Amino acid sequence: MEIGLSHYLTVAAILFTIGVLGIFVNRKNIIVILMSVELMLLSVNINLVAFSVFLSDLTGQIFALFVLTVAAAEAAIGLAILVVYFRNRGSIAVEDIHMMKG
Amino acid sequence: MSSGEFISPDLMPAMPELILACGAMALLMLGVFRGDQSTRLVTLLSVGLMIVAGGFVLAQGDARVETFSGSFVVDAFSHYAKILILLGSSVILLMARDYQRRENMERFEFPVLVLLATLGMLMMVSANDLIALYMGLELQSLALYVIAAFKRDSERSTEAGLKYFVLGALASGILLYGASLIYGFAGTTNFTALASLMGAAETSIGLIFGLVFLAAGLAFKISAVPFHMWTPDVYEGAPTPVTALFASAPKVAAMALFIRVLMGPMPGLSGEWQQIIVFLSIASMVLGAVAAIGQSNIKRLMAYSSIGHMGFALVGLAAGTPEGIQGVLIYMAIYVAMNFGVFGCILAMRDKQGMLENINDLAGLGRTNPMMALALALLMFSLAGIPPLAGFFAKFYVFLAAIQAGLYALAVIGVLASVVGAFYYLRIIKIMYFDAPADAIEAPMSGELRLVVGASALFTLFFFLYPAPILSVAEHAATALF
Repeated sequence: MEIGLSHYLTVAAILFTIGVLGIFVNRKNIIVILMSVELMLLSVNINLVAFSVFLSDLTGQIFALFVLTVAAAEAAIGLAILVVYFRNRGSIAVEDIHMMKG
Repeated sequence: MSSGEFISPDLMPAMPELILACGAMALLMLGVFRGDQSTRLVTLLSVGLMIVAGGFVLAQGDARVETFSGSFVVDAFSHYAKILILLGSSVILLMARDYQRRENMERFEFPVLVLLATLGMLMMVSANDLIALYMGLELQSLALYVIAAFKRDSERSTEAGLKYFVLGALASGILLYGASLIYGFAGTTNFTALASLMGAAETSIGLIFGLVFLAAGLAFKISAVPFHMWTPDVYEGAPTPVTALFASAPKVAAMALFIRVLMGPMPGLSGEWQQIIVFLSIASMVLGAVAAIGQSNIKRLMAYSSIGHMGFALVGLAAGTPEGIQGVLIYMAIYVAMNFGVFGCILAMRDKQGMLENINDLAGLGRTNPMMALALALLMFSLAGIPPLAGFFAKFYVFLAAIQAGLYALAVIGVLASVVGAFYYLRIIKIMYFDAPADAIEAPMSGELRLVVGASALFTLFFFLYPAPILSVAEHAATALF
């Protein structure tokens, strides 16, 4: 069987869905949410690179490099905020984030 | 594109952004070497940089100029939004000074982060390519995540930062997935190329999917229902000057980006996206009006108010005509001006212990502090859209555009939502003037706050006498897109 564009897109779509579900369904802790966010961004990268090869156009790969860079910055900032939050609350469980409601 | 020689891009159109970028780096170094006692200096220099950048924006001609291989565009529309954004950020920086002094939040990173967020917003407004759009949006968002959690010893502030980060990252991911689909099915990321492509060929289902994802991501950033979940919590938890910032400049930038994405590359798909915008608009207006009624925290109330106001602004975008876009632009200008005043008053709500955020703390303000009560009452009437205040005209222009475009149901629902919404604005006025004084607010407002609140109240009061300059500038900006 030849592996074509649609296979790559399917894998990316599945990963993206897992990422989104990981954010909403996950009831455990915030690190898992950060991992889900990374998963979403990486699935987008698979999309971009697959399209780029399929279209023989470099733009997609350049886009993917930018996404990788931003994802790294985003992870750094997310973890920094998480550390500050943990110092205040002593917990990173998702069900503990409920200071504000309504 | 594939030629070997490197042609250096024209830097002049991007001059305001370059000034902010280099200036932010320089101020960061200044802060690092001088420590926290340089906060005042860094704040003032940041405001100065924004004024210089604004001068460069004004000095650029009205003609549409593209640079960086067409991924960065400057036109009358971007000028209008940029001036509004720079104004918003610099006024907020000045308003924040008093708060920072009192709450021990005087750290030099704050103005630098606001500067970087502003830079991201300017890039969003000028983006003419999906990559440029993403980079601008992320630069803005990453800086805003940090300043939401800026009061790092406060549980509420850090929780606000965390929530904003998680939901904002989700939104970026959704937007990015849409961008990748658009790239894949259209073969280009450039808006101009996309526009010519979509006008010609029949649109594939993949493109429509991409558009929906992209619109969902952008709706998150302007906090339109059903992507509004983060707004009340983040507005309540973030330090008050940061909330004031969230309610002004980033909203303008995201709305301008939304307009550019829909009017630039997508006019061929207007049938598809118009339904999405109508839905977002109705849902935001109704939820903003209904959910705010039960709130007791004034920052949370302003969050629902901002959701509702974004819904009203989207009415103009749903019309999709030059008049509609003009209406949105006028709406954003008036909304930002009203927000300055309201948040100036909220910043002045404090007693000896610290900030007050409960609406009932305003009780009897009409007797204890008549000037502030008068200004706040004016602004509340204006937010509710009562003529002849500025807020009425903001709504008037978008509803007029919707009716001209044949969207009668949308306009009727909008007017009804604005009637319901008037209830909670008027409740604040009732509490201020008819409830027994709570000996709460003891504050001589700082000079900056007094100036901002006064200017904002006068603007809303006298806008109807001489609206021509804003109307003509907004019209000019709107026609640049067609």
